Amino acid sequence: MYAQLVETGAKRLKTKEEMSPEEREFQEKVDAETKIEPKNWMPEGYRKTLIRQISQHAHSEVVGMLPEGNWVTRAPTLKRKLQLMAKIQDEAGHGLYLYSAMETLGADRDEEIEKLHQGKAKYSSIFNYPTLNWADMGAVGWLVDGAAIVNQVVLQRTSYGPYSRAMIRICKEESFHQRQGYQILLDMMREGTEEQKAMVQDAINRLWWPALMMFGPHDDESPNSQQSMAWKIKRKSNDELRQMFIDQTVPQLEFLGCTAPDPDLKWNEETGHYDFGEINWQEFYDVLKGNGPCNRERIKTRKNAIDEGAWVREAAVAYAEKQKQRAQAA
Amino acid sequence: MAEWRLYEVFVRSKHGLNHKHVGSVHAADAEMAMENARDLYTRRNEGVSIWVVPSDTITASASDEKEVLFDPSEDKVYRHASFYKLPDEVGHM
Repeated sequence: MYAQLVETGAKRLKTKEEMSPEEREFQEKVDAETKIEPKNWMPEGYRKTLIRQISQHAHSEVVGMLPEGNWVTRAPTLKRKLQLMAKIQDEAGHGLYLYSAMETLGADRDEEIEKLHQGKAKYSSIFNYPTLNWADMGAVGWLVDGAAIVNQVVLQRTSYGPYSRAMIRICKEESFHQRQGYQILLDMMREGTEEQKAMVQDAINRLWWPALMMFGPHDDESPNSQQSMAWKIKRKSNDELRQMFIDQTVPQLEFLGCTAPDPDLKWNEETGHYDFGEINWQEFYDVLKGNGPCNRERIKTRKNAIDEGAWVREAAVAYAEKQKQRAQAA
Repeated sequence: MAEWRLYEVFVRSKHGLNHKHVGSVHAADAEMAMENARDLYTRRNEGVSIWVVPSDTITASASDEKEVLFDPSEDKVYRHASFYKLPDEVGHM
């Protein structure tokens, strides 16, 4: 999940009787799967929660370019470099679709980005891990984009129209990411040297657990989960999505000829799902709080990009102004 | 982004089809909006033509006008071809 912990402000769910007529009408629309559009009335909590969720999601796409950017100049062939750049360009695009969706709720893009830079807004914990060898590019595409797809496919049915439409566009492009990642790993496992094969296993060992953490903490009876479910801005629980991801990924892992760093991972005939070990939640919360291996570096890089690009934006405005004056004078 | 205008983007996916709204971009001017729209919305042959329109020049109907605007057409079934029943002998019309 690209948005892992979203505060809804709800202490408990309101009953239909406790709702105002507007709130009741809104909830009935959501229950009937009618999409909510920007100009429709919506509870303030719904609007604020969506801004939080969509901005987290957008920030994740943008920060998500950085671990891959690390490998653009180091890609082993021109073909791989082109593929990697295409994927990174897609992430930038996904960030923009999402910021646009967020703006329809009255949020300001600059303000939300400023919150990210101040550490007030979150992004997915996964992007705070370093990408140390070329196989990481494969493992990121396969596992990280794979986990994102599981989550995003469900979000295509989210109740807010602009968010849902952004998700539909994103999902169309995301499967290229996952397939190119898996193919990198397949090539290395089939044609690689022993050293290269070891790189693949090393990448999986490091990224397996962080990928599972992407779905967020266990679902509890917290009002946040209940409220997000009732508003249909969340459609399935974190644990359900994580299980779906594991069930579809383990056979692909076996096909590669690799293993997961989890001694408890095994097929359960009875449940029809894979059992797996407990996630190190301390690590998850540490990374979320800003203490992962790359948190500071990621934010610093994002800030620099904005600051060092300021003159380009100023020049664009000056140029546009000059063109306008010329057109008026002519 | 405060000084950059918001533009709505419309893409014609194939010759002969209508332009369809796909999303929005920020840009310093229309030319830049066009370039940004191309990069953002047509990376995979999604279109053969793009329109960019400043968002603040669009007049949209409000949600509370829905009944006023659209209800009158609800009870005019005689505007649809299916309202007119013809004998089978007449054949396809």
